[in-house]
Order: sequence, then structure tokens, then C-alpha cells
Amino acid sequence: MRILALESSGLVAAAAIVEEEQTIAEYTVNYRKTHSQTLLPMLDEMIRMTGLAPDTIDAIAVSGGPGSFTGLRIGSATAKGLGLAWNKPLIHVPTLDALAYNLYRTSGIVCPVMDARRRQVYTGIYSCEKEFRVVEKQMAVEVDKLAEKLNLLGEQVTFLGDGVPVYREVLERELRVPYFFAPPHLNRQRAAAVGALGIQYYRAGKTETAAGHQPDYLRASQAERERARREQAERGSAKNDKK
Amino acid sequence: MKEKKDVLILAIESSCDETAAAVVRNGREALSNVISSQIELHTLYGGVVPEIASRKHIEKINPVIEAALGEADVKLEDVDAIGVTYGPGLVGALLVGVAEAKAIAYASCKPLIGVHHIEGHIAANYIEHRELEPPFLCLVVSGGHTHLVCVRDYGKFEILGRTRDDAAGEAFDKVARAIGLGYPGGPKIDRISAEGDPDAISFPRAHIEGHPYDFSFSGVKSSVLNYINECRMKGISWNQADIAASFQKAVTDVLVENSMRAAEKYGFRQFAIAGGVASNRALRRAMAEACEKRKIRLYYPSPVLCTDNAAMIGAAAYYEYRDGVRHGWDLNAVPNLKLGER
Repeated sequence: MRILALESSGLVAAAAIVEEEQTIAEYTVNYRKTHSQTLLPMLDEMIRMTGLAPDTIDAIAVSGGPGSFTGLRIGSATAKGLGLAWNKPLIHVPTLDALAYNLYRTSGIVCPVMDARRRQVYTGIYSCEKEFRVVEKQMAVEVDKLAEKLNLLGEQVTFLGDGVPVYREVLERELRVPYFFAPPHLNRQRAAAVGALGIQYYRAGKTETAAGHQPDYLRASQAERERARREQAERGSAKNDKK
Repeated sequence: MKEKKDVLILAIESSCDETAAAVVRNGREALSNVISSQIELHTLYGGVVPEIASRKHIEKINPVIEAALGEADVKLEDVDAIGVTYGPGLVGALLVGVAEAKAIAYASCKPLIGVHHIEGHIAANYIEHRELEPPFLCLVVSGGHTHLVCVRDYGKFEILGRTRDDAAGEAFDKVARAIGLGYPGGPKIDRISAEGDPDAISFPRAHIEGHPYDFSFSGVKSSVLNYINECRMKGISWNQADIAASFQKAVTDVLVENSMRAAEKYGFRQFAIAGGVASNRALRRAMAEACEKRKIRLYYPSPVLCTDNAAMIGAAAYYEYRDGVRHGWDLNAVPNLKLGER
């Protein structure tokens, strides 16, 4: 089985070709440049370098979010276009699951954190020691709440992700469990991890059609959030009027 | 002699709140023209919300493309090139179409052609009117644009005039909101104006000193708002239909006047209108009258080709394709793309 994997949820733009037993090719750029301009040229380069025929690819795995809304859509639309033209299924891999999978077999808790702005992080809690297990699935949460959760679990934690440099001080202040930070070759999103998890999803029959796929933003748009707040406030005041 | 092969273009458009795809033959014939409009969704917010638009595009884009191929009864492998709007527009919205088009072109080994949205609007007339060929003068009026463009040749443009502030369609939306008609303003003002007196209130017609082909619509918009405020302060009621009709007249007067001035000065015998506001019935009537008086041939597309659509992008892409224009896999969305710059 051969999976093409795409990752563009954050600053990292990455593509990989992954098989059951090995990664055939991986291309990662973690530097300021629009994903719209880099993602497809990277894929093109990778396919030319390997000389692999696209029809030998069984499915396209894509890091499905959360992350930068625009970044997610660039990856998603690219995967959907490839899936449509090649007539291949897509595999939606939760971004934080794939990020945690970088540290497969690490003892204790693995905790990927992405900067979600508005004083929140996108995170999830994973146990990878024996098998890859989702302890708490990906969420958007305040960083001190995350620290609270981890303190309650009482196990050592290894952090990774672009939220680490942003929230390192807060974490160090709040945590009462032993903690570590992943090294630079493992601490950001990797397309190969998306592909490797993608293979497991594919085997479990968890694929979707190119038409049906869309990112999982974990957050409503600002306009929708404000509208919901307004409506809630109106309902609240209507209730008070009745009293 | 061997018959020249037909050129089929699959075109994608997602610059604002319409997800659209079409298959166009030889730049002139829309074999399909599928549009998924999000207008009802944005009506809740009184205007287009970029993030919501982008999310909807991702949801709809594959079904819309598949429907376009299906309705045209064309397989992707029979298509000669992929055309896509890459600007101007909402960047997040544009990016969905651009990323999708690039991936389809890449995966199916087809050339990729990025198209300017306004160039698309102008080309809508090529589909509606097979006999129309450059040179001609074109007024592009929509929610985002008001341009008076001299179309020298296919893909060769010279902008004679443009709006200094609001686009004409934008002014329609703002005034419609102010007088309680809601979104989208264009069609609503068009409809209610039929019941109003266009000479009931005199709103200003802006002329820009030394720039006879430029437009300005913020003045007329403010003047409508002032009129309403004054009525409110004096406690007198105002007539929605009269305001709409008078406002519409003020806008169309300037559009007609500047267009005709340019047509006469440059000696154009053909004049076209394009863009969403080109559906406006009062504008069409006024333009028809002004053109007839001057023996100028007037062209405008049917409403489905005035609104944002992909058939027009396919028509424009065809002429770019013929001229050898090809874009690379690094094509990006350009939200403020200028016409004639690439």
C-alpha cells in the first residue's frame, strides 16, 4: 500500500509518500512562504525525484485540522483536486493525532500543542507507550486548563508543536509533573506521520470521498461565534423581561 | 483541409460567494455552467463573510466540478486545459479554487491558466454574443468593481476609468441596507424601484475634475443616508420605493454618461456591459436608449452570465490558452490583482 500525505495546517508545508514499512519520500518546509505557492511544487518535485507513477498511489491522506483555517483549506483543496482527478479516496487524519504520532513509543503522556491564538491552544492528550491511544481527543483550550488536566493525570509529559515556544513559560510555571520537550527533528508537523497514521485508518476502512472531505476546524468562524453570542444575549434578556 | 480540433476548458471560479465550475468549448459555448450560490447563508450577516464563504467553497467545490463535467457530458481526460480565477477577490475564497484547479491540472497533466476575474466578466459577452469581437468598450459593474475598460483585443485591456471609492454594486448594497431592504441590495433595489418615482428626490451625480471616465459613489450613498436621517429627525415618513428609484437613477445616469462620453471620444461602435449590476433593468434600459441614439451596438449577457460564474472564466481562459499563457504549480491567489498585469 502506498499513501500520499499532505500537511499544511500550520507554518509547516509538507508532503510525503509512505508505505507500510517505510517512507519513500518526504519534503518539509517550515519557513515563511505561502503554502499555496509551495505545496504543489513540493509534491511535484517529490514525484519527479522518485519517478513513481501517480496511479500506484492508493489514497491521499491529509492533515484535516485543526490549524490555520486557510492553511487547512489549501491542503484540503489540493487533496480533493488530486482525489477527483485520480479517482482515489481521501483519508482525514486529525492534525494533533499525527503530530503526537511523531513521538510513538515515548513513555508517559505525549501532548502536542499548536498556537490557536486568542490565548488558546489546539491540543490533545495521547498515550503512546504501548500502543497509540487518544486519552483526550483534540480540542481548543486555554493553556492553563491544559496544564490542569495534565497535573491531574500525574504522568510525565512530552510536549511538541509550534505552541511550545509561545506557551513554554506558562507550562513551566503551571506544571507539577515532570515534562520534556521534543527535539527539533520531531517537534513540528510531519507529512510522513500523517501518512503512517493514514495507512492505519485506510486499513480500518476509515476513508472518505474527495467530494465529501472537508477540514475539521474545531472552531466556528468569528462571525458565527459573534452571532451565537448575540442570540444568546437576546434570549437571556428576553427571559429576564418575562420575569 | 483538416478540421481544427475543438478546445475544451474546465473552468473554476470561487472569488466571492459563488462556487462555480463550467465546461466551455472554443471560448464561446458553455456546455455547462454550474453555480452554487451561498447568498442565503450570508444574508444572515447582511453581507459576505469571508471565512464562511471559504468554508462553503471547500464543501461544494468537488460536487460542483463533477456536476459541470457531468452536465457537459465530458470526461476530465477530454478537457484541454483548466482555467481558474486567481484574483481579484477574497483571498481565502480564491485559494480554494486555485488549490483545487492546480491539483486537478497537475494530476490530469493539463495546462493551468489563471484568469483575472474582470477579464472573465468581460468574456461573458463572448458566450452570449458569438458575433462580438474586440475592439469594444466595456463597462464592468459589480459588487466589487466599477471599471470602464477599452478591450483592444482578446486579453488586451486598457482601463479608461474606475471608481474612486465604492463599487456601484457596493453602493446598492449599502443603500438597500439603510432603507431596510436587506441583502443583496442590487436585485432588491431593482425590483422596488419599479414602483417608485426616479425623480422624486435629487441625489448628486459625482463628476471627477480632469478624469471624465472615473466614478464615485460614496457621495450619493451618503446623501441617501443623510436624507433618511433628516426625515427621521423631522419625524416625516419616507418612501422606500422613491428613494430606491431616485438613487438607482443617480447611479445609472453617471454610468451611462461616462460610458457614452468614452464611446464617443474613442469612436467605439460596440459597447458591452458586464458584471452583476449589468443585470439591473434600469441600467439596461438607459444604456439601450443612449446607445440607440448614438447608433452604437449594445451587448449585455443574460443574468446568469452577469453574476459570478465559471463559464465566463472558461471563455477568458480560452483566449489566454490560444495566446500560449500557462501558469506554474506555484500559482497563488492575488486578492488585488490588476487587470492586464500578469
